[in-house]
Amino acid sequence: MPEINAGDTAFIMIATAMVLLMTVPGLAMFYGGMVRAKSTLNMIMMSFGAMVVVSLVWVTYGYSVTFGPAIGSGDWSLLGNPATYWGLGSIMNPESMAINGGYYPIPALSFVAFQGVFAVITVALISGAIADRVRFGPWLLFAAIWGTVVYLPVSRAVFYFGDENGEQGGFIGATLGAIDFAGGTAVHINSGIAALALVIVLGKRVGFGKTPMRPSNLPLVMIGAGLLWFGWFGFNAGSALGANGVAAIAFINTITATSAAVLAWLLTEKIRDGHATSLGAASGVVAGLVAITPACASVDTWGAIAIGLIAGVLCALAVGLKYRFGYDDSLDVVGVHLVGGIVGTILIGFFEAFNGAGIFYGGDASQLIAQIQGVAIVMVYTFVMTLIIGGLLVKFAGFRASNEQELQGVDLALQAESAYDFSDAGSKGVSA
Amino acid sequence: MKLVVAIVKPFKVDDVKTALQANGVAGMTVSDAAGFGRQGGHTEVYRGAEYTVDLVPKVRIEALIEDGDVAKVVDAVVAAAQTGKIGDGKVWVIPVDEVVRVRTGERGAEAI
Repeated sequence: MPEINAGDTAFIMIATAMVLLMTVPGLAMFYGGMVRAKSTLNMIMMSFGAMVVVSLVWVTYGYSVTFGPAIGSGDWSLLGNPATYWGLGSIMNPESMAINGGYYPIPALSFVAFQGVFAVITVALISGAIADRVRFGPWLLFAAIWGTVVYLPVSRAVFYFGDENGEQGGFIGATLGAIDFAGGTAVHINSGIAALALVIVLGKRVGFGKTPMRPSNLPLVMIGAGLLWFGWFGFNAGSALGANGVAAIAFINTITATSAAVLAWLLTEKIRDGHATSLGAASGVVAGLVAITPACASVDTWGAIAIGLIAGVLCALAVGLKYRFGYDDSLDVVGVHLVGGIVGTILIGFFEAFNGAGIFYGGDASQLIAQIQGVAIVMVYTFVMTLIIGGLLVKFAGFRASNEQELQGVDLALQAESAYDFSDAGSKGVSA
Repeated sequence: MKLVVAIVKPFKVDDVKTALQANGVAGMTVSDAAGFGRQGGHTEVYRGAEYTVDLVPKVRIEALIEDGDVAKVVDAVVAAAQTGKIGDGKVWVIPVDEVVRVRTGERGAEAI
């Protein structure tokens, strides 16, 4: 058993805080500025809500289900035992070390925290698809249920590499050998396909596709995108679980692919619409970050540029599909996270550069096939489960706000507040 | 007494204000407005979706003037606000029955 290393531990703790910053306020601002002014606060609150609910799920039983010793025997394991680290249990002590297919020289609790903020942002990402039209209470229920039923088993399948001897790991990462360094499948495809299922059961906003639904605050979107990019260095490089050379590869690729994606998105817009826009730049940032997430430790500079360019173009084209097919994915979680996640995860099969597994780097098709299998499993499982969870919450918990509340704006109708007040005129009286 | 109302492009506000002052108009009210005329709005693009925005931002300038100044003031406003491109706005004149200066209680032309 190695000793806990100060440098690695410091790096992972800082990376964890950076990933937290991605959700609140990064994602909250990115989404909050992109919705109409009348539901900005509801949008921001959904990120904060995901943060607090999923964090508590994670420390009570979530970590144990994802990274705890397997229930039952077998070569791979579907679930960990929630009782093993219930309330973090035996690992809530300063000597306990991180175990994930072997020991890592950081405290187990640092690993718990780092993986916990991944669970949080995965749930928060979904909220962008359902802007303007859901009630906050049922959203918290959704965060707890989806975070348990979908995120825990999927992240175990992708991120869990077994006990200290590397046995009984997850099916996608350990058994199939699909490469997903920081969460192309577990985070982005997972949230993207969940978003698609959820907008199908929730239905469209009133006036979708007919009335303009303009972003209320693009500077807020740009700040949010910048914070996401900053935090993403923690997300990708931190996934090395140590302050080392692999983290540095992930770090540099997080710059390279993202820059390529921004230029690709802007060029696509310029050719198609005649204008390169700030929203396009912000969207290109996220598309590039999403696509490089699974691949960031597996590709060289040219692979990162290719992944960024392809993701930038495909995501810019994919965000228009919702109008063609009539699903109201309000802030393009499907177009950016699902499509970007698929692009990045599958392109590893072509661009894996360090083990000769990529087809363009002398490999055969076996890595590509593993990648496609990983993508397909997550898509099918999450889509079906989210349809069921979302459908039940719409039917029995009043997930969707009424048309009147939606038209008035959920901020005012449900939260009794408004994001922007430019004048005191017309207000009267205070009663405390 | 007359009320001159001018709807102009936002970037022309300073020119119009200067022109009004040069023609002896001592005070005015300026407010943000939105609307459309023959111009019929403009388009904006967000993530490839083109939105037709029919309410275009304009500025509404109102000034009280004496009857004899109407022609001079209207000409000055039009000259200052004109770019020759579509969407330059409109100017109209309304008769005013009574004007009172709140501070002193002066009435009529004295109060302008």
